[in-house]
Amino acid sequence: MKALVCVKRVIDYNVKVRVKSDETGVELNNVKMAMNPFDEIAVEQAIRMKEAGAVSEIVVVSIGPKQAQETIRTGLAMGADRGIHVEHDGELEPLAIAKMLKALVEKEEPGIVFCGKQAIDGDNNQTPQMLSALLGWPQGTFASGVELNDAGALITREVDGGLEDIQINMPAVLSVDLRLNEPRYASLPNIMKAKKKPIDGTTPADLGVDPAPRLTTLKVTEPPARAAGVKVASVAELVAKLRDEAKVI
Amino acid sequence: MDFELNEQQQAVFDMAVGFGQDAIAPHAASWEEEGTIPRAFLVQAGELGLAGMVVDPEAGGSGLTRLEASLAIEGLAMACPSVSAFISIHNMVAWMIDRFGDQALKDRYLADLCSFQKVASYCLTEPGSGSDAAAMKTRADVTNEGFALSGSKSFISGGGYSDLYVVMARDGEVLASNADTPAAKAVSAFLMDDGSDGLSFGAPEKKMGWRAQPTAQVQMDGVKIAKGQRLGEAGRGFVYAMMGLDGGRINIAAAALGAAQTALNKAVEYAGERRAFGQSLDQFQSVQFKLADMETQLQASRIFLRQAAWKLDQRASDATAHCAMVKRFVTDSAFEVANQALQIHGGYGYLEDYGLEKIVRDLRVHQILEGTNEIMRLIVARHLLDRG
Ligand SMILES: Cc1cc2nc3c(=O)[nH]c(=O)nc-3n(C[C@H](O)[C@H](O)[C@H](O)COP(=O)(O)OP(=O)(O)OC[C@H]3O[C@@H](n4cnc5c(N)ncnc54)[C@H](O)[C@@H]3O)c2cc1C
Ligand SMILES: Cc1cc2nc3c(=O)[nH]c(=O)nc-3n(C[C@H](O)[C@H](O)[C@H](O)COP(=O)(O)OP(=O)(O)OC[C@H]3O[C@@H](n4cnc5c(N)ncnc54)[C@H](O)[C@@H]3O)c2cc1C
Repeated sequence: MKALVCVKRVIDYNVKVRVKSDETGVELNNVKMAMNPFDEIAVEQAIRMKEAGAVSEIVVVSIGPKQAQETIRTGLAMGADRGIHVEHDGELEPLAIAKMLKALVEKEEPGIVFCGKQAIDGDNNQTPQMLSALLGWPQGTFASGVELNDAGALITREVDGGLEDIQINMPAVLSVDLRLNEPRYASLPNIMKAKKKPIDGTTPADLGVDPAPRLTTLKVTEPPARAAGVKVASVAELVAKLRDEAKVI
Repeated sequence: MDFELNEQQQAVFDMAVGFGQDAIAPHAASWEEEGTIPRAFLVQAGELGLAGMVVDPEAGGSGLTRLEASLAIEGLAMACPSVSAFISIHNMVAWMIDRFGDQALKDRYLADLCSFQKVASYCLTEPGSGSDAAAMKTRADVTNEGFALSGSKSFISGGGYSDLYVVMARDGEVLASNADTPAAKAVSAFLMDDGSDGLSFGAPEKKMGWRAQPTAQVQMDGVKIAKGQRLGEAGRGFVYAMMGLDGGRINIAAAALGAAQTALNKAVEYAGERRAFGQSLDQFQSVQFKLADMETQLQASRIFLRQAAWKLDQRASDATAHCAMVKRFVTDSAFEVANQALQIHGGYGYLEDYGLEKIVRDLRVHQILEGTNEIMRLIVARHLLDRG
């Protein structure tokens, strides 16, 4: 079974994100970028399934600017077999991404698609669900456990109330959560080998998708600075403030 | 000219930083207290290819350039320079075997060394000869089976801990053919296994820094060495040892740089939090200027270091002089930066909990070993004046 893993290039989670002075977006110039942490977990899951013999080939896909190839390379260094880069500069929305991924799924015919549950830049949490709907495939979102069985796969999902097990048919789209695994470090020999692994290039037009955004961003601003707290003298005062000022009860 | 790390170099650095923070940093203090590095950790490092970084991939190595290897050492040292430098010394020995060993020696050792199943030490210094290493007394007498090693090697990193020792010694075979052979040309390198008869170790040295790694005297009393355990050509051992040190010095500098960067990072953070006279320390211009100088020293060190590593990769004719300049400049700068970072922490810098005093103690020896910083000046001056 072939696995397709979707990876996104995002601002490194250690970086303090700054809004551009013209308020059109966040500053990406000279900012350290990295693979979306949830996508690392997705790559790790595919590699573990390959090591266990359940997956035969791992293809990592990234849609984005030229530098997204670095993110693909990271996946190849971890142990994926080859990459596909859909080159596109500029804003992309989840629906356009899902449509491109659908086109790639139809071409590559994987038995399973892995995505991170969300990307830490936009925090949309939409692409895997849209992809599954467009393909008409089952989805297993927020997966913290993946077990293949004769009937398909048993997915443990992280839901608000705890954990939920669902049995789904395959092929399927999975979105993975933080506790599924701990991604490995790429070993030095694998980092060296990654540069020799193939990355195929394609474009939204080749895939027959119009990537133009449907939304217009008016302006991007910093969240308001946190105001200083106050000390309350009694429980009665606390309850009064929560009710009258914060209006949460 | 492009001064950015390429994608692959960045990946090497990031991996080493990440692995160091995960696998070394939480234990750096306890390993220092115990005076040893757990073998299980080294095996983990070996799985990531950190034990044979510049060894040929055919032999189980990672096939990195010197520049890439220095990035890994720098990244690991951000967690602990002592552990990083220990890994560097092992890598130096693995490289010597890969570069100068015959197929039999490579087959015998490299797979285990590159996976850190076996740990290797480098034995050049003696009680009576450090800077003037060629004045060594340890000798390899010719026997029917090969050689018998006698003498002592002092300050050996990994002494009593390692599985394999590469020992530089005066070769009886060379001296038999010409008793007047100049000292340096009479030296061969021998591979000595732990557990050999006649091999013993001094007590672990009590050191100012580098406490996580054991250091001890290696004592040889007629240790039998099979003929095939002589590395490369007879009489070339001193040259091999010095070639090993070219790369070693790059890494000793890289380890100092990584640790000094951690010290600077801590100082910047602390100066932003600590208040005196009604404002945070980083509002005082004298503190700001200190931080600016520290940053400048580290940036200059980094670019100079990477150039020297690149020269070594290119086998440039001035590579040795550049390795010496870098070792001197970077280790001096790094020590100064670490010391100033401690100063910015005030009394807290002097306490173990803040992690600064350890960096200062650890970095002090980078100015002394793999050739003192005075000997580095000697090498540079010789190179400069020889040009005529
Ligand atoms: C923690 C630690 C680990 C070590 N690990 C190893 C190891 O694994 N393997 C190994 O072989 N060695 C190792 N060493 C030894 C180290 O390389 C030597 O200590 C170093 O080379 C200096 O030699 P020395 O101590 O004999 O000092 P000396 O050579 O006695 O030097 C004393 C002082 O005189 C100066 N000096 C000497 N000659 C000159 C000159 N011509 N001009 C100007 N100044 C001069 C020196 O710079 C120094 O300041 C280690 C040392 C330490 C402290
Ligand atoms: C081993 C030890 C023993 C000690 N024993 C005693 C003792 O017996 N009794 C006692 O009372 N204290 C004692 N001390 C405390 C010592 O006197 C203080 O650590 C020292 O005065 C510095 O204060 P601090 O640590 O709070 O540093 P801070 O005052 O926080 O200073 C931090 C850094 O900021 C710099 N800085 C601060 N203000 C300025 C400024 N205006 N301009 C420029 N730079 C500035 C400092 O020079 C320093 O580099 C001891 C400390 C140690 C480490």
